[in-house]
Amino acid sequence: MNAHTSPVVEFLDASKRYGQVEALRGVSLAIQPGEIVAMLGPNGAGKTTSISLMLGLRQPTAGQVRLFGLPPTDRRARSRAGVMLQESGTTGVLTVGELVALFGAYYPSPLPTDQAVAMAGLTDKADARVATLSGGQRQRLYFALAICGNPDILFLDEPTVGMDIEARRAFVASIQALAAAGKTVVFTTHYLREAEELARRIVVVDHGRVIADATPRELMSKVAGKRVSFAVARPLPADAFGGLAVSALEVSDSRVRFLTNEPEAVLRALFERGVEIQDLEVAGADLEEAFLSLTRRPERP
Amino acid sequence: MAPLFRMLIAQTLGELRIRWRTPAFSLTNLALPVLFFTFFGLPFARDTYPNGVSVGAYLLASFAAYAVGSVMVYGFGIGVATERGMKVDLLMRATPLPPAIAILAKVLNALAFSLLSVVVLIIYGVIVGGVRQDLTVWIDVTVRLLAGSLPFVALGFAIGYSSGPHVAPALANLIFLPLSFASGLFMPIDRLPGFVQRIAPYLPTYHYGQLAWSAVGAPSEPLLTSLAWLAGYTALFMAVTIRAYRREQSLKFA
Repeated sequence: MNAHTSPVVEFLDASKRYGQVEALRGVSLAIQPGEIVAMLGPNGAGKTTSISLMLGLRQPTAGQVRLFGLPPTDRRARSRAGVMLQESGTTGVLTVGELVALFGAYYPSPLPTDQAVAMAGLTDKADARVATLSGGQRQRLYFALAICGNPDILFLDEPTVGMDIEARRAFVASIQALAAAGKTVVFTTHYLREAEELARRIVVVDHGRVIADATPRELMSKVAGKRVSFAVARPLPADAFGGLAVSALEVSDSRVRFLTNEPEAVLRALFERGVEIQDLEVAGADLEEAFLSLTRRPERP
Repeated sequence: MAPLFRMLIAQTLGELRIRWRTPAFSLTNLALPVLFFTFFGLPFARDTYPNGVSVGAYLLASFAAYAVGSVMVYGFGIGVATERGMKVDLLMRATPLPPAIAILAKVLNALAFSLLSVVVLIIYGVIVGGVRQDLTVWIDVTVRLLAGSLPFVALGFAIGYSSGPHVAPALANLIFLPLSFASGLFMPIDRLPGFVQRIAPYLPTYHYGQLAWSAVGAPSEPLLTSLAWLAGYTALFMAVTIRAYRREQSLKFA
């Protein structure tokens, strides 16, 4: 295989089961060098499990996961990966600079410590002991630990949790700089704006399956492109929406809201079914809504 | 890949810094043996047993054995349990640092602390207690104790992997202090209650003490007997460690 086209990360029909819980069900996915990929999904969808498999922290129950074409536990693969985990700790008695230098020593060609610390926005805190850092500063420290080995790929699990607005902005700038330098970045997030802002590819995971894999623009055009809402004077007939291509349907008081790709066809059908529509609004769905329409099961009134 | 040797050096130095800056570990392990020797040993330091052995040297050897054992049992027991509690191991697992290098760094670090602890104790005994022995005797005591410390490394890991950060300190104390007392590390065995004297020859600390006592010329069992007992206890504690370690790995990393 050509080194330039072989994927950095590859899921080959990978499944992961914890006891009775199927966290991941037959996921196939390839991430190419230089991609910035956001993994989106509700809690428990399988995002952290995916990251754990890519890092070799967990082993797939079936199928395979490869990192740089190797098993992710291989030291050659790990030497090219930087990691920020959601739930992990570190000793408190070393200083920021000491800890970053120590982690750098695990990698073949680490960044200079000062540079890694500066990229994480912690230059002021370089000589402070880790135990004295605030939650947001600690999160930045983990970012410094992730990048200090000058890795080719970065795995960031919920990286901006606990960061304030300023820190998040600095973080976004750092990611963009890394992307410009040709690094591959895989991150999970709950902040959809963040995914939209940073990622060129969004993988939506739900119930252990990849339910969408597209650019932010495609994601929005492909699914639930329009948000429709209107008021009704009389209660809706029992199966007013039966067979119609809508999702995220909500009926509250006299207001009806839903997402659809075919607003004209849906509205026509509703007229034909005798629904009297007042105060109609049709607007383009934002990413959050697109996301909701993907992860929610089709609902029926 | 980064050279393993470079990783080992960096990791060992990092561990040393961490331990040194944790007074609960560093201060306790350096000060306690000296303190115990002051209470239990200093009053008799210049005496001589009827067989010609210096009481001071005998007691210094005993407390040196206590010092090394406690660095191992407390260092690994509490250290590993604390790191597991803080999920330090999770992040380390995702780095290219091989677990064997991480463990080896911990062992080297513990050996360095043990050495320091023994040297401080012996210097104190020589200067304050006026205990006189050839330098070669002190070197012999130190080398034997460091080389024979493996069962206590294993005991420390067994505690560290089978208990949480809040239980480990209690467990380490409840196991290691009675072991040390009952084996004559705090006062000679013939001063202990009769039933303890009968139990002592089955304890790891008893056979560990023999290594140090024979170095200062006190009557002791054959070296091979001590080593056989220590090897047996190492195997036992390793088995407990491996069981607990595997259980944890299958929960965290399966």
